[in-house]
Amino acid sequence: MPADGHPYLFLALFAGAAVVFCLSLLGLARLWAMLVSPAKPGPTKNAPYECSLASQGDAWVQFRSAYYLYAIIFLVFDVETVFLLPFAVAFTHLSVGAFVAMMVFLLLLVEGLVWAWRKGALAWH
Amino acid sequence: MIDEGLRSELSKQGVFTTTVGELYNWGRKNSIWPLNFGLACCAIEMIAASMARFDISRFGSEVFRPSPRQADLMIVAGTVTKKMAPQVVRLYNQMPEPKYVIAMGACAISGGPFKQGYNVLKGIDRYLPVDVHIPGCPPRPEALLHALITLQEKIAGQKLTGPERAPHLQEEAPSEYPIPDYGAYDLDPPKNPDVWQPPVLARKD
Repeated sequence: MPADGHPYLFLALFAGAAVVFCLSLLGLARLWAMLVSPAKPGPTKNAPYECSLASQGDAWVQFRSAYYLYAIIFLVFDVETVFLLPFAVAFTHLSVGAFVAMMVFLLLLVEGLVWAWRKGALAWH
Repeated sequence: MIDEGLRSELSKQGVFTTTVGELYNWGRKNSIWPLNFGLACCAIEMIAASMARFDISRFGSEVFRPSPRQADLMIVAGTVTKKMAPQVVRLYNQMPEPKYVIAMGACAISGGPFKQGYNVLKGIDRYLPVDVHIPGCPPRPEALLHALITLQEKIAGQKLTGPERAPHLQEEAPSEYPIPDYGAYDLDPPKNPDVWQPPVLARKD
């Protein structure tokens, strides 16, 4: 590394050498395969499933759209947890205003949950 | 290509000579990755061979792969029932070239004590090209290690060029073998005639 160069110059050189090293190895492997080793694909060999039983059905299964309600209700608890943990840690240092603001925030979330509950979103249809 | 005499003279003088094929086979034979599956009690001996006491990693084969895509060697360790045989053949088909098969134990090579039974395949060599057979019920882990060393010797002797070259280098050599179906009474077909033919008994009249 030249002493007057940029201090991160060696990193750039190192990254370049690493990329060239990897690509040359991959190229050598490819060249070797092209020269001596014929590719032998086949229907079983190219099959996606590996546990030696033939795959059944389609991987693109559909989920019920009713699950979006659970995703939204999950968000209620998720956001609550994210804010409750730092709230609990800093609880003894909080001013009255911050405490009231947090309670209002919790109330909003709980209100959403109660609303969803009353609407029957927690019951399985 | 230098002859063997000159080569041994050179090695006595401290000059090591090799060929591309030897280097290639040397690398292959010391990194045989077995497929991680066992069918019956022989698998316990196979597991013992991979553990510290028998230590198959001394021969470079400790990397048991759970996926056939990454495996070089199929150790058919145990009884191959007729229900299991299509799955074994399919696993073999899914392995990449070059691939080898060791049939371990009396059941895998011949049906063993279940040979007279109705539901056990009488040797996996009816469907797959087996490279090394290990007799025994079950074989000791040393026997598996011996089979591995035998396979390594076979790999070391394979050629890269010419009509005698290794099967995975031959364009026309098959990579997949037909998977048998469940028939009414037996597997259909009961054997792959390209791989296995029943022995012909010649009796003197």
